[in-house]
Amino acid sequence: MNVAGDIAASEQSLRRFLHGLPGVDEVGARARAETLATRSIKTDSKRHAIDLAIAMIDLTTLEGQDTPGKVRAMCAKARQPGYGAPPVAAVCIYPDLVPEAVAGVAGSTVRVASVATSFPSGRAALDVKLADVKSAVAAGADEVDMVIDRGAFLTGRYGLVYEEIIAVRAACGDAHLKVILETGELSTLDNVRRASWLAMLAGADFIKTSTGKVTPAATLPVTLVMLEAVRDYRDFADRQVGVKPAGGIRTEKDAIRYLVLVNETVGEDWLNPRYFRIGASSLLNDLLMQRERMATGRYSGPDYMTVD
Amino acid sequence: MRFEYSPAPESRAVVTLRDSYGLFIGGAFVPGSSVFKTISPASEEVLAEVTHAGPEDVDRAVAAARQAYERTWSAMPGRERGKYLFRIARLIQERSRELAVLETMDNGKPIRESRDVDVPLAAAHFFYHAGWADKLGYAGFGPSPRPLGVVGQVIPWNFPLLMLAWKVAPALACGNTVVLKPAETTPLTALLFAEICQQADLPPGVVNIVTGDGATGQALVAHPGIDKVAFTGSTEVGKEIARACAVSGKRLTLELGGKAANVVFDDAPVDQAVEGIVNGIFFNQGHVCCAGSRLLVQESVYDEVLAALRRRMGTLRLGDPLDKNTDVGAINSRAQLDKISELVSSGEAEGASRWSAPCPLPDRGFWFAPTVFTEVSQAHRIAREEIFGPVLSVLTFRTPAEAVEKANNTPYGLSAGVWTEKGSLILWMASRLRAGVVWANTFNRFDPSSPFGGYKESGFGREGGRHGLEAYLDATGNADV
Repeated sequence: MNVAGDIAASEQSLRRFLHGLPGVDEVGARARAETLATRSIKTDSKRHAIDLAIAMIDLTTLEGQDTPGKVRAMCAKARQPGYGAPPVAAVCIYPDLVPEAVAGVAGSTVRVASVATSFPSGRAALDVKLADVKSAVAAGADEVDMVIDRGAFLTGRYGLVYEEIIAVRAACGDAHLKVILETGELSTLDNVRRASWLAMLAGADFIKTSTGKVTPAATLPVTLVMLEAVRDYRDFADRQVGVKPAGGIRTEKDAIRYLVLVNETVGEDWLNPRYFRIGASSLLNDLLMQRERMATGRYSGPDYMTVD
Repeated sequence: MRFEYSPAPESRAVVTLRDSYGLFIGGAFVPGSSVFKTISPASEEVLAEVTHAGPEDVDRAVAAARQAYERTWSAMPGRERGKYLFRIARLIQERSRELAVLETMDNGKPIRESRDVDVPLAAAHFFYHAGWADKLGYAGFGPSPRPLGVVGQVIPWNFPLLMLAWKVAPALACGNTVVLKPAETTPLTALLFAEICQQADLPPGVVNIVTGDGATGQALVAHPGIDKVAFTGSTEVGKEIARACAVSGKRLTLELGGKAANVVFDDAPVDQAVEGIVNGIFFNQGHVCCAGSRLLVQESVYDEVLAALRRRMGTLRLGDPLDKNTDVGAINSRAQLDKISELVSSGEAEGASRWSAPCPLPDRGFWFAPTVFTEVSQAHRIAREEIFGPVLSVLTFRTPAEAVEKANNTPYGLSAGVWTEKGSLILWMASRLRAGVVWANTFNRFDPSSPFGGYKESGFGREGGRHGLEAYLDATGNADV
């Protein structure tokens, strides 16, 4: 990528480029997200949206208490959520549990995504982060969710962040790279836009909002700005990058608001699991419950939803 | 994968339409001289029969207002008047769904807008002015400013309930009584408001509502029993009213047309600017006196902004105004549709280049696709005349000085928008733009505490805020009671 290479030729040229991007007006972006959140999705369109949302889920467990048993159970649910629903897009786990996940989803379309680079803080030496990535990929991860160095970003050392993503990109081999911006720590929407471009220039296949360990996690205005960034980046570099909001998306209503946001910001090109994912855990059960209600006209109740 | 939205219509069941509505005079609905019909502009379906008030009906209404002014309202302490206004505000909130659905049916505007903008703002105006009712001595018009008397108010069809609130709330808070004439094509929410006045136990005659056409309005503003006239509508009619009120001793405020410039600089937040352009001209089908109908774009970002604008216009959802996902509703009347069509034809004939969003129009009702004209020059009619429809004229500029010069080059001066990330440029522009409202990095934002009104042929007087009270108060103590 020569264009990216020129832009990133020096810390100064990278800074000039990122600071030359059009600003984001916070009030306006919030107002746009709020308006789209009032869209009313009913009947057939709701049925369609529920199944689409299920197919876009990265079913996630990222806890210190995770065990092989927990991961196996989650993989079973990912393959067969039940009630005739389609499988989810991927399972997302810590690197040491990749072998369990690979075995758990074997023979299905479900992909294995592993967080890496000293998730969630990213506070480790580069060679440690790269070793983390390599171990996940060697164990069979299809996708790597890395975190950027927010400390470096916030002090304006964009080149450092860029080089780190390039190095992780190389360590990923054929695995898809999702770059977590941790937008809750970047704080402003201008930073979100700059970080999105930085990640895309460095070769991200996906840009992802959050680790889920920081509040706020994914929000509609942040996702709106990231969607605008991938849309503009495709015009700029002729390459389509995916978006993954993660954290805090718990209900069917939340999920549909994100799909509406995608639909009316970037359109149908992004309305598939190749280019849009939702990182979530409890969301799946709510989607299944609403799916069941659409089919039968009544709620079955939480006892009928499996806890995994 | 395509994601189509299924129809999501708001239920009409919440509204109980009567077959026929009388005039609201002296606290009761009374018959008048003749009747006319009001239709839904989205389907041309007849909604109800409404009474046309003749001169003798206007006489009765003014007499009822005079009596209420002298016997109850002007003598009532401000804190008591305030209680009525608070009660009306709360009733508007309680009946907000009903008001929103009825407004959308009668006016053609999307339910999203009547629900999220018109009705909440109408309630906010009553809440705001309820608070002023017992504090008028602190508004800066002397220690005990007095009311003017009976106020004649004529309002337009673009925001029927909201314009009623802008007019009625300050008048009542200041101790005046009111005879209000809603627009001919949109009388129904005013009549529902009359029911709300009854429900609030507002003393009879404090608010009187006379429905009718231009002749009714003429009879009202020319009536010798009126102490003050407030009008919102076209500049043409505003001038007639000014002539009719001249040397009559009547106080007058006018809020008239506009041809606002929305100025986009090369450092603007582009995505939000595009939202602001869309909101500026397509909000309420462009039936907005302060609509940003002239887009002034700095030449260095012209291609980028226009491409983003066309892309965004492609996502606008035009159709059934009661559908909760509709962005652009129906044109309010056939007459207005004809006027828009005529001006758009002139734009094409004069050589501007037209592009309309590719959205199918319903078969029945009055519709116009969101439209943008490029290659427009200041000399074109579409750059000078108020279209009052979803039609945007795009012009360009090179420097801030040129932007100011072009923005001010109009007989109007109601509003303007400035889009830039540079705060000093916003202030520089705002001090030079000859417009009553200058929005910075936003457009079409309203608040009862913010005064609104025009320069030049956009009228005079302010509505809202402390400034708006002045129109309904006699600070000199010379009011002819």
